[in-house]
Amino acid sequence: MKRVGVFVCHCGLNIAGNVNIKEVVDKASKQQDVVFAVDHKYLCSEPGQTLIKDSIRQHNLDAIVVAACSPAMHEATFKTIAQLSGLNRYNCEIANIREQSSWVHEDLGKATAKAHITVHQGIQKVRLNEPLQPITVPVTRKVLVIGGGIAGIRAALDVANGGYQVYLVEKSGTIGGRMAQLSETFPTLDCSTCILGPLMVEVFRHPNIKLLRLSKVEEVKGYIGNFKVRVRQEPAYVDEVNCNACGECAKACPAQVPNEFDFGLTWRKAIYTPFAQAVPPAYVLDANNCLGLLPQACGECKKACDKFGTSCIDLDAWPRTHELEVGAIIVSTGYELYDATKLTEYGYGIFPDVMTSMEFERMLSASGPTTGEIKRPSDGQTPKEIVFIQCAGQREPETALPYCSKICCMYTARHAMMFRHKVPEGQAYVFYMDIRAGGKGYEEFVKRCQEEKGLLYLRGRVAKVYEEDGKLIVKGVDTLSGKTVQINADLVVLAVGMVPSSESHNLASKLKASLDANGFFSEAHPKLRPLESPTAGIFLAGAGQSPKDIPETVAQASGAAGKALDLLSSPTLEREPTVAHVVGELCSGCSMCIPLCPYDALSLSSEKLAEVSEALCEGCGTCIASCPSGALTLRNLTDEQMVAMIEAIVE
Amino acid sequence: MTNPKIAFNWASSCGGCEIAILELGTKLVDLASKADIVFWPAALDYKYSDLEAMPDGSIDVAFMNGAIQNSENEHIAKLLRAKSKLLVAFGACACLGGIPSLANTTDRDGIFANSYKETPTTDNPEKTFPKTKWQVREGELSIPELYNTVKTLDQVVDVDYYVPGCPPVGDQVSKVISLCVDGPLPPKGAVLGASDKSLCHECKRIRTERKITKIVRTYETIPDPQKCLLEQGIICMGPATRGGCGSICLDANAPCRGCYGPLPKAIDQGGKMLSALSSIFDAQSEEDVQKLADSVPDPLGTFYRFSLARSLLRRIKA
Amino acid sequence: MDDLEEGFEPKIVGFLCRWCSYAGADLAGTSRIKYPPNINPIRVNCSGRVDPTLVIKALASGADGVLIAGCHPGDCHYTSGNIKTLRRFKLLQKLLDQFGIERERVRLEWVSASEGERYARVVRRMTEDIRSLGPLNWKKRVEVLA
Repeated sequence: MKRVGVFVCHCGLNIAGNVNIKEVVDKASKQQDVVFAVDHKYLCSEPGQTLIKDSIRQHNLDAIVVAACSPAMHEATFKTIAQLSGLNRYNCEIANIREQSSWVHEDLGKATAKAHITVHQGIQKVRLNEPLQPITVPVTRKVLVIGGGIAGIRAALDVANGGYQVYLVEKSGTIGGRMAQLSETFPTLDCSTCILGPLMVEVFRHPNIKLLRLSKVEEVKGYIGNFKVRVRQEPAYVDEVNCNACGECAKACPAQVPNEFDFGLTWRKAIYTPFAQAVPPAYVLDANNCLGLLPQACGECKKACDKFGTSCIDLDAWPRTHELEVGAIIVSTGYELYDATKLTEYGYGIFPDVMTSMEFERMLSASGPTTGEIKRPSDGQTPKEIVFIQCAGQREPETALPYCSKICCMYTARHAMMFRHKVPEGQAYVFYMDIRAGGKGYEEFVKRCQEEKGLLYLRGRVAKVYEEDGKLIVKGVDTLSGKTVQINADLVVLAVGMVPSSESHNLASKLKASLDANGFFSEAHPKLRPLESPTAGIFLAGAGQSPKDIPETVAQASGAAGKALDLLSSPTLEREPTVAHVVGELCSGCSMCIPLCPYDALSLSSEKLAEVSEALCEGCGTCIASCPSGALTLRNLTDEQMVAMIEAIVE
Repeated sequence: MTNPKIAFNWASSCGGCEIAILELGTKLVDLASKADIVFWPAALDYKYSDLEAMPDGSIDVAFMNGAIQNSENEHIAKLLRAKSKLLVAFGACACLGGIPSLANTTDRDGIFANSYKETPTTDNPEKTFPKTKWQVREGELSIPELYNTVKTLDQVVDVDYYVPGCPPVGDQVSKVISLCVDGPLPPKGAVLGASDKSLCHECKRIRTERKITKIVRTYETIPDPQKCLLEQGIICMGPATRGGCGSICLDANAPCRGCYGPLPKAIDQGGKMLSALSSIFDAQSEEDVQKLADSVPDPLGTFYRFSLARSLLRRIKA
Repeated sequence: MDDLEEGFEPKIVGFLCRWCSYAGADLAGTSRIKYPPNINPIRVNCSGRVDPTLVIKALASGADGVLIAGCHPGDCHYTSGNIKTLRRFKLLQKLLDQFGIERERVRLEWVSASEGERYARVVRRMTEDIRSLGPLNWKKRVEVLA
């Protein structure tokens, strides 16, 4: 038998203007177990909260119903007041008579009638609530960062500097990600490697960071504060501690492979270093393109290393498995480029002089395929007329990507500028739909580019690109003049969209982290919680969550690190106790519930009865709804409570 | 010290529960020696007038099987209740409505139209339908009124105990009768002769992955006798049905059909099984879900085969 | 029994999932979008909490209709709770067909947290559909035909 108090809020006129408050109070006071009912103008205010506190003491209440605005607004507030007044916080229920009554129904009488029912529902529920205590779980004070681009690097450094152990897992042979492939960065035209390099070295030297290259996450078990992650590390066949990057192995290697760092514009050997400033500064043997390891077909690299180098090549190396225990996981898997061969109207993959923006980026780079000179891939000549097409395969929901990749307007401006600097007699054209230059200094930079001599911005789309007499015919339109445009270009650069890493789908299912409709990692709330996955303990940083530029990536990475540090700041963690629970005497082990849990929180005990891991359970209640015996129950939202609320509505 | 008086009666029934009692065999002789069977129309020559003549409450325990489908069933149920200290709902029909309660998918007019008009072999050119009263030269004949809705025993009289099963299995029958005759008596309303856990608890079949990729009818396949039938696509009511029957149907390679009724906390056996079954459909898209749902041939008949009268909705819409 | 009663107001029980549809309904509130008061929401964490048995209970106890509202497939806060709801709902629909309960009375709708207007439209349409069908009054129907 509970002593229930009902508090009805006027919310100024927000509720009182369309609900008869006195009637609600009166009717509530007559309900079973209600010993006190009162109204107040603003229950969330200081005096309102004091009224609740005092009433609880005066009338010896042990449960309260607050009839006011949505629980989304102040449930936490009122629960805390209840707790401070000596109640268990789970003996507080909210009856939403504002958003779901007074604000949406036209007739005061009808809105009031509905308010009666809503309050009655709340009373019926709170009468049957159990006093629950939060579930305490220990926290493993280590962090896993998946993806070693600038986001992963920044996040790893922030956590490591905060004093905790970090595992940085990177699938390729080096950290650095996309930023390492850039020549300059907008809007400052900083040399990308110059600003990235020191951070990469810092990661390498940091005593708190363990870098696992050539590694992928294979399995994730556990829950927030207590993840158990199995990582598989492919062999590099080169001892990264002893390798001094002398390069003798690569000289001796007979196998040539298109260099993925340069998007296939150059060659590398099967044994290689991804780029000069790679971290770790050790070579990698690409087993897929080696002439053969099982059995050994060549072995020249090892011979060279033994003769001229530090004898650090082991061609019999095997993959290694690392079992990591961490409290938080930061996902920074970055992006890849949309497959431009799908944009058949532009002829990428057919005409060699149609390039993607990243290919052009590599060409601009001093360490790239042309040592920084701009040349046509077809004949190696310097292009005089160059066309940049923005929004290539983007903002087109019907045929390509529906979204905007945010950075292309800026890097295209930079590309066009760099072209003008390197080819002063050249003419550049930029076809654009809009110019999105929202960041700090961005608008000023674009304006500079637009005012540059020999650089023409045309507002319009390109219908088709085709080859004729060694030139690329670009047919487009200039909407500001209303004319069609044809440019006979030497080189066409497509600003293609950012798509999530090809690993993200697989990784998301392992982490049980959701992906959005475009395959990017979903955030818990687009406005208020952009750094966290809805899955507790998993944080997001960088372009893996949505297209963004470097400043935003770094900001988000530091934010995600901050969230992880917050999680790790205490040796234990409290979880909501409104979770599933099995009544053993009623359970027959039929197991109909077990496959339903998205968090793997259900299993069979040694007595072959269902068992809930309270720390893993998120309290959705899906398993409860399919339990044929009623053995599975959801704390404080039991079937008994559901039936009581249904009866409150229909009687 | 007189022997306790016991009675057995049947309502809308197939007779299987009577046979279950007869199958006590020699134990019946033992029973007859320690209790007086004062009323048992199916096996002994008792008339209703014998029952009417007994003083109220003079029968110690009465076991009634069969559902309440007509006015005679109801009349005798009320009579038996008045004459007995304890009334036990014996068998699935009395407890849940049983197979007869599938008549709740129609009504009296529907039943008469089918039986007396529409069936191909019916020869009824004058379209005569039964009436409760009919005048003949010798006087007025009357027959009981067929009800529109079949009921459980406790929907017409107060019931003390429930013994589920269609019929209740052999060793449970003798245990239950002994319990009621000798005591100690369980709390009122108890379900006797059945487990409080589902059939899955005693089923010996092996369960691997709870997943339904297809639904098959029993005639479409020969089930693997070692594996769970649900996992082979055969609808088995086991998860939502009380055990205690020794899973004899499963041992005969047939699925449980639910005759022992719902589990103690289930408010509706059919709804619970529907939820448990559909939750593990191996389908993610609306189209695939619809396909699997459409392949369940008769949800009402399947999930409420024995329990329609006891269910929340009780009958189809009037 | 099936005649339209004068001034019949449908009584609809709603099961709304807290992350999407309840938030969407709240948004209808903050946007002051008007809809009929016939719906009475019960907030659940996930539409997956809704046991078809509870839907049947609501109908048997006097509700004229039941609305189950959850997140759009793919958006479920608990990954796939709404898919289980979909599976249960499709089979429940077939069962209710056999019981003679019209499809307009029990609906499953996907309403996201940003779809306040959509929630109002769903409620308006459902209320009017059920108003045309008349009261379900299940208890009375069974009594009358006993």
